[in-house]
Amino acid sequence: MTEKFEPVIIGFTCNWCSYRAADLAGTARIKYPPNIRLIRLMCSGRLDPTFVLKALAGGADGVMITGCHPGECHYLEQNYKALRRYLLLRRTIAQMGVDPGRVKLVWASAAEGVHLAEEITNMVEEIRELGPLNWPKWDTNGSKASVAVQEEVTA
Amino acid sequence: MNEKVGVYVCHCGTNIAGVVDVESVAQWSAETLKNRDVVVGRDYEFMCSSLGQELIQNDIKELGLTRVVVAACSPHLHEQTFRTACDRAGLNPYLCELVSIREQVSWVHTDKSAATEKAKAVISGGVERVLMHEALEPLQVPIHPATMVVGGGIAGIQAALEIADAGRQVYLVEREPSIGGHMAQFDKTFPTLDCSACILTPKMVSAGTHPNITLLTWSEVENVDGYVGNFTVSVRQKARYVNIDACTGCGICWEKCPKKVIDDVYEAGFGQRKAIYTPFPQAVPKYPVIDVENCIYFINGKCKACQIFCPTEPNSIDFEQEDQLIDIEVGNIILATGFDLFDSTRIPQYGYGKLANVFSSLEFERMCNASGPTNGDIVMRDRKTTPKSVGIIHCVGSRDKNYNEYCSTICCMQSLKFAHLVIERTGAEVYNFYIDMRTAFKDYEEFYQRVLEEGGHFIRGKVAEVTDAARTPEEEGKLIIQAEDTLIGRQRRIPVDMVVLSAGLEPRHDAKEVAKQFGIACSANSWFIEKHPKLDPVSTMTEGIFIAGCVQGPKDIPASVAQGAATAARVLARIQQGEISLEPVRASVIEEKCSGCRICNDLCPFTAIIFHEDRMVTEINPALCQGCGTCVAACPAGAITGTGFSDEQIYAQIDGLLMLNLEQPLEAVAG
Repeated sequence: MTEKFEPVIIGFTCNWCSYRAADLAGTARIKYPPNIRLIRLMCSGRLDPTFVLKALAGGADGVMITGCHPGECHYLEQNYKALRRYLLLRRTIAQMGVDPGRVKLVWASAAEGVHLAEEITNMVEEIRELGPLNWPKWDTNGSKASVAVQEEVTA
Repeated sequence: MNEKVGVYVCHCGTNIAGVVDVESVAQWSAETLKNRDVVVGRDYEFMCSSLGQELIQNDIKELGLTRVVVAACSPHLHEQTFRTACDRAGLNPYLCELVSIREQVSWVHTDKSAATEKAKAVISGGVERVLMHEALEPLQVPIHPATMVVGGGIAGIQAALEIADAGRQVYLVEREPSIGGHMAQFDKTFPTLDCSACILTPKMVSAGTHPNITLLTWSEVENVDGYVGNFTVSVRQKARYVNIDACTGCGICWEKCPKKVIDDVYEAGFGQRKAIYTPFPQAVPKYPVIDVENCIYFINGKCKACQIFCPTEPNSIDFEQEDQLIDIEVGNIILATGFDLFDSTRIPQYGYGKLANVFSSLEFERMCNASGPTNGDIVMRDRKTTPKSVGIIHCVGSRDKNYNEYCSTICCMQSLKFAHLVIERTGAEVYNFYIDMRTAFKDYEEFYQRVLEEGGHFIRGKVAEVTDAARTPEEEGKLIIQAEDTLIGRQRRIPVDMVVLSAGLEPRHDAKEVAKQFGIACSANSWFIEKHPKLDPVSTMTEGIFIAGCVQGPKDIPASVAQGAATAARVLARIQQGEISLEPVRASVIEEKCSGCRICNDLCPFTAIIFHEDRMVTEINPALCQGCGTCVAACPAGAITGTGFSDEQIYAQIDGLLMLNLEQPLEAVAG
């Protein structure tokens, strides 16, 4: 590979902490690589594991899940549920042949813009190391397998 | 039916346009996303300006847009602006999506072409998502007209008085036996040298006697339930062991009480009180409390001096009194819980706690106070010798990587006030050791000039240590302050009789727990986070919870009063409106799909999920649901859906961010 591989990472953020940390990183002009694209959820507890599978199936090379620190959830304790799902999800994707390092859980409070930017920077490098995921993409070559994966995920 | 989506890309001056090629992004949206029902893509210098908003409104009217995507700043800043603009043009506000290409793109990335590509992906995500949006109506929630103010310092008192004067009910909760807070401990206030008690006590008395204020002193919030407009707060009113209906506050009980206790709170450890006490003579309310940890009766069952000497009929002392839990319903809550003083023993080289004549700033405040332990005499620890020289060390625990990096704001002026008081009352030489002199705000710099003219010495440099180890005969028996004088570029050793440490302000030791209790956010160093640092410094991210005074960050009395009044204005506006619109972000159960498995039942911390045994289905109470979506994610049957954050919307956004289906007409996917 001559050209440097630029991974695409989908990031799920919590409206109350990590999304605000991302805002804060912006306001403070802290730099991180442009490989991450964020989705705002109300809470990390909203994270349905199929979101992650869908993102990976759809071409993302990694997924970052972010939420409030344990004990600081805006909805009291829902980030613990996110943590449980994350731990299970890591095992599941490993069984699917996907390196569990492609899915990462990061705690970031609304004040931790610098921390979030660092985590993003690190993750981009880690995924760059792992290389492209190359899961069959949605309908791009019409292969039945990819459609099956997609249907499985959205069902 | 085909949708008609308009995409609007903001330049934000050069904030976005300096990094992202906004014109090409707008053009790309109109061309490439044509298949995704985008009918127009425009860029404009400031979308949030009235002209920018009119641009969108005209397109809604003339092109018949059914969806709008604005690519600009964070939704936390302008989501409401653009939703309102859409609403004005007759489009349901929830059919407008604001995507952030400033905080999340132009401000954090430097590579222009990569940033432009990311901006396109972000917009594509927004378009896909907004196509899945549905028209929603905001939830209207009634506002309970009563307010709770937690913290009875000057900020809380001000807030309570403003609201009460406007004719609304206020519950003022204070942990200590009396309201007044730190301001009640001070002697003088800078820069006017007003007597602190003289300006504070009238306000305390007003708060204590106001028909609309219910004082709950010696009380702590134990639990907070509900949400904006409808909070239920459980307050534990600790047993005073004094019947306030009988007590006249005559003071005979604490006169007769044989047990002396060092007062760590009000006297900052410098003075004593009794086991039954009011913290200070002007206390509001006037009723004493019994400190059970030190009361002889509570320790060994004997004494009862207070009860024996109590002159009231019936006797006011009631050793059987118990804590009371009171549930109070309020619509809004103001937190004004203040600060803790930095503990100077954490800097051992300054000798606090080891060298007798090193004092903390609060100790010194009490010493200067006419009703304090020395009756206002500035004397050394022996309580009789007047110092001939005093060193005042600024920035103790502030602006220091080892303790707190922030500036505590008040210490420069506080130190100048101390310098003035020492000069005025003792004529001693005063040496101020400062890093920078920060005398911002009205009349502060003039006060600095005044202390300079009065003969105060100022040494610019951080103090290395305070020691009693003399090196020369002149230093014998003195405290030697070793510091670098950065203006002359030399180390100096200044022998003094007394050292005052101008300690910084820190968040309350239990700030994190309090923040959690009220569901608001703390910064890394535990100050409460305001909704916006400039434009909304008294609101929090949690609707209905406001913050005033030092709980938000170090500040002086005028700023605390201003914030107290500001929170009151915000709360009164809410009460006046009678109800508030809330985001209709709520989960609901599609009953036909619910299998009654009850997996979701235990997931809700707000007890919004109820199970109907008879029909074997689950239901979500929209008034209690906070919209976190945890149950939506958990339902194995996909029977729970969330308005404003449905699976379909998030799936669509993922597709959009990954730029899938760009070339495909919408129907092909939908079908």
